[in-house]
Amino acid sequence: MSQPVTEKLAILADAAKYDVSCASSGSNRKNTKDGLGNSRGMGICHTYTQDGRCVSLLKILLTNYCIFDCAYCVSRRSNDIKRAAFTVQEVVDLTINFYKRNYIEGLFLSSGIFKNADYTMERLVRIAKKLRTEHKFNGYIHLKAIPGASDELIHEAGLYADRLSVNLEIPSEESLKKVAPEKDYASAYQPMNFLAESITGYKEEKKTLRSAPTFTPGGQSTQLVVGATPEKDYHILHLADSLYQQQQLRRVYYSGYVPISNDQRLPVLQSPPLVRENRLYQADWLLRSYGFDVHELVDEQNLDLDQEVDPKLGYALRHPEQFPININTAPYELVLRIPGVGVKSAQKIVQARRFGKLRAEHLRKIGIVWKRARYFLITADPDFRWLGFHPEHLKQRILNERSRKHSSQLTLFG
Amino acid sequence: MVFTYDGSFDGLLSVIFESYRSKSVEEIAEEFTYQPGLFGKPIFVTSNPEYSQRVKKKLTQQCGPKIVTMLYHIFLSEQPQVEMLIYRFVRLAVGSSENILENFREPIILQIHRIQKQIHREVHRMHAFVRFQQTQDGLYAALINPDFNVLPLLPPHFTQRYPTFRWLIYDTKRSYGLYYEPRESRFITLDSALPEQLSSQALTEAEKDYQQLWQTYFQHVNIPERRNDKLHLQHVPRRYWKYLVEKQEDYI
Repeated sequence: MSQPVTEKLAILADAAKYDVSCASSGSNRKNTKDGLGNSRGMGICHTYTQDGRCVSLLKILLTNYCIFDCAYCVSRRSNDIKRAAFTVQEVVDLTINFYKRNYIEGLFLSSGIFKNADYTMERLVRIAKKLRTEHKFNGYIHLKAIPGASDELIHEAGLYADRLSVNLEIPSEESLKKVAPEKDYASAYQPMNFLAESITGYKEEKKTLRSAPTFTPGGQSTQLVVGATPEKDYHILHLADSLYQQQQLRRVYYSGYVPISNDQRLPVLQSPPLVRENRLYQADWLLRSYGFDVHELVDEQNLDLDQEVDPKLGYALRHPEQFPININTAPYELVLRIPGVGVKSAQKIVQARRFGKLRAEHLRKIGIVWKRARYFLITADPDFRWLGFHPEHLKQRILNERSRKHSSQLTLFG
Repeated sequence: MVFTYDGSFDGLLSVIFESYRSKSVEEIAEEFTYQPGLFGKPIFVTSNPEYSQRVKKKLTQQCGPKIVTMLYHIFLSEQPQVEMLIYRFVRLAVGSSENILENFREPIILQIHRIQKQIHREVHRMHAFVRFQQTQDGLYAALINPDFNVLPLLPPHFTQRYPTFRWLIYDTKRSYGLYYEPRESRFITLDSALPEQLSSQALTEAEKDYQQLWQTYFQHVNIPERRNDKLHLQHVPRRYWKYLVEKQEDYI
């Protein structure tokens, strides 16, 4: 029982790290005069791991003892690993003291299932409650909503947490059944739907009654594991899209399966599918911020995203009839569709063209990726370049240019 | 004509106000550091709140409510000739019938936006990378050496976040700090130069424990199979490692 906290922290951080979400954004919790911390719209990454992922929250499991045996999970019952469990007070102390030193934005607390769902959820809620009420902690709290926990407990969690998440993990129920015999979609969707309803309800209430409590102001998120089961990008993105539409999720995270398991129910991978994961994030971004429809990114003919090019470029290459786009006259929504033009650049373009016609030199300075964008737009310059490139030819040109410059390591938006 | 001023933002705006009476402005420099050239004596303009207020008002009319803060940020960037950049911008803005800030065809505007973005990033990095250490007398102290002079922009964030205990953020490069004790923050300069690092004798035992716990956490949240040094360095450039608890071993 007297395992040192350092050892517990090592074990329970290790066990939590495959949950990729680490966002501390999207909430807005003001501090009180005698309180500790706040959380504002834009999240803060206090450091980055050696693999380049943001470290914003103290992300730990309360315990990695678990009654379930999910093949993809490092904490599964049948896995022979060291086990540990924090006390409520230990988690509270770590959170407060890390926060006071400006190491973190807050706490992301998840847990293996011990005894049953309610028992586990009750403990997560107790920690959040203690932080909020006894320690007047107003930093960010992200809790796992444990599938199968009662509505009352999920509701109470929502009153203390900034964000709640239920991980679907496996992108189809059929596959889930194979790798996680104790789980099903219904028990994951149940708390998600309950939360979606409550969040909307409280928001409505807040409109008329300012003193109404805030409920999960950072919304809910989920995670899908990519590459552990046979689903195509088509299925994954359609699932994500329906989660954004139906459950109003704030974020869907994609976690390239890290071959941590020697469980026979799962494939043997040499390395995690990082490129595929990256392309899914890019596609997700296009759904949320670029006005793309999921059908435009994947369809029956293109079940997987092209791994060689980002999905926006892929779209443009499949739809030569929609390009080039005239940068001086096209509406914002179309400017946004040009490969190599991001949200900020598109806004600048639309603002700047009021002052005069834009030429290539202006666009380069505004900061668009000229090498890629130039094939898909028309500027005020006389244009001899548009000689009717075949899309396949164009793709090769762009890939060749890139391979001269880039190594194989990825950034999120290359 | 060469103008000098007292080194304050209001001082600079006072010069700009005055400049509208004279024909040409060749240089604006801080009086204290100005090296007189061959030609003529510089004109010193006293900082005048009324003048600077009028410049601010005009700018706000032309470019919207955020412009004054934006120019203040540019002013803190310590870029060479930043005074002349601000001067040229004001001339441009006042002479334009539209909000010139949105004219991304204009090089000065692009430069202004670029510097502001750099300042924002540095402020954001300080929000992220400040590391407080608890000293024996209960003070939470942090050392920084940011790329730009962003300390004046840090009070709102840190006072809202940590209102109940004493803390200090000290810029070792520029030798001044932001000191807070409940309800009030102020800028201070220490009599003796601060060492590069806080000595470990000054720290509490609990402090050393929490630093070690944080290092443990940092090691264990890493996924070795996903290692990506390039991305890591892009987000946490080496020059910040000096004061990051979790990067101490790598730094030494």
